[in-house]
Amino acid sequence: MVPLSAYVAVSAILFITGLLGVVIRRNFIIVLMSVEIMLNAANINLVAFSHYLESMAGQMVALFIIAIAAGEAAVGLAIIIVVFRGKISTNVDEMNLLKW
Amino acid sequence: MVLVFFAYFALASIAAGVMTVSLKHPVHCGLALLALLLHVSGLFILLNAEFLWAVQVIVYAGAILVLYLFVLMLMNLKTDDRYFHSSYLYFLVPAAIGSLYVLALLIRSPYGGEKGDATSEAILKNGDTHAVGIKMFSEYLLQFEIVGVFLLGAVIGAIVLAKTPRPASPERKT
Repeated sequence: MVPLSAYVAVSAILFITGLLGVVIRRNFIIVLMSVEIMLNAANINLVAFSHYLESMAGQMVALFIIAIAAGEAAVGLAIIIVVFRGKISTNVDEMNLLKW
Repeated sequence: MVLVFFAYFALASIAAGVMTVSLKHPVHCGLALLALLLHVSGLFILLNAEFLWAVQVIVYAGAILVLYLFVLMLMNLKTDDRYFHSSYLYFLVPAAIGSLYVLALLIRSPYGGEKGDATSEAILKNGDTHAVGIKMFSEYLLQFEIVGVFLLGAVIGAIVLAKTPRPASPERKT
């Protein structure tokens, strides 16, 4: 039987990895991928607690998180396309205008 | 046996996560993210959540990741030599210290709480999909509808954002 804290540790390590990716990467698309890593870490946590506390609520919230991740990816990638069309750069430290 | 599978899925997903953050080329990062998603879905199987496993494989690996790869290939990015922020080394040491502290706290703390009614036997009798469906369409119906409206808004917003803009009409130019 795998202890619950092992799942929590895995999810914490993944979350910190994703957070570091958001902070240190320059490419906007990789930043969005790091956000997906963080959402997955949260999903692991929710499903693990749902299993060990014998309640379905965690799995429900994990499903909603997956749906919201899909919406976030669609809108985020559309924003990247708009920015790329105007400026030919997708590095986050070179985007400093809301309108040009 | 479960322990072996857990160790494999956990270590592989952590390794894939680190590769996603640290690889240079964006397409390689996307493929590492694919490995991460599939191994996380393996963790869901170990936790008796096979419906979430299917959703993870179909929606995440099948739809979201393909969207990422499409956008990557559409933009034909050239990777810069400097693909981290210039001051990323300043973040690494505090992040390592902070994450070790959080990990120590998480592993040492006791977990407990009020147990619900969805025991493993009850789920395994009819399957996880049955349990999720019953719960989703009784207690969580309002949230389900809200997520549906949210997805519709996201789709329309993405189309509106990514559409090629019409050239501005001459009288609006000042």
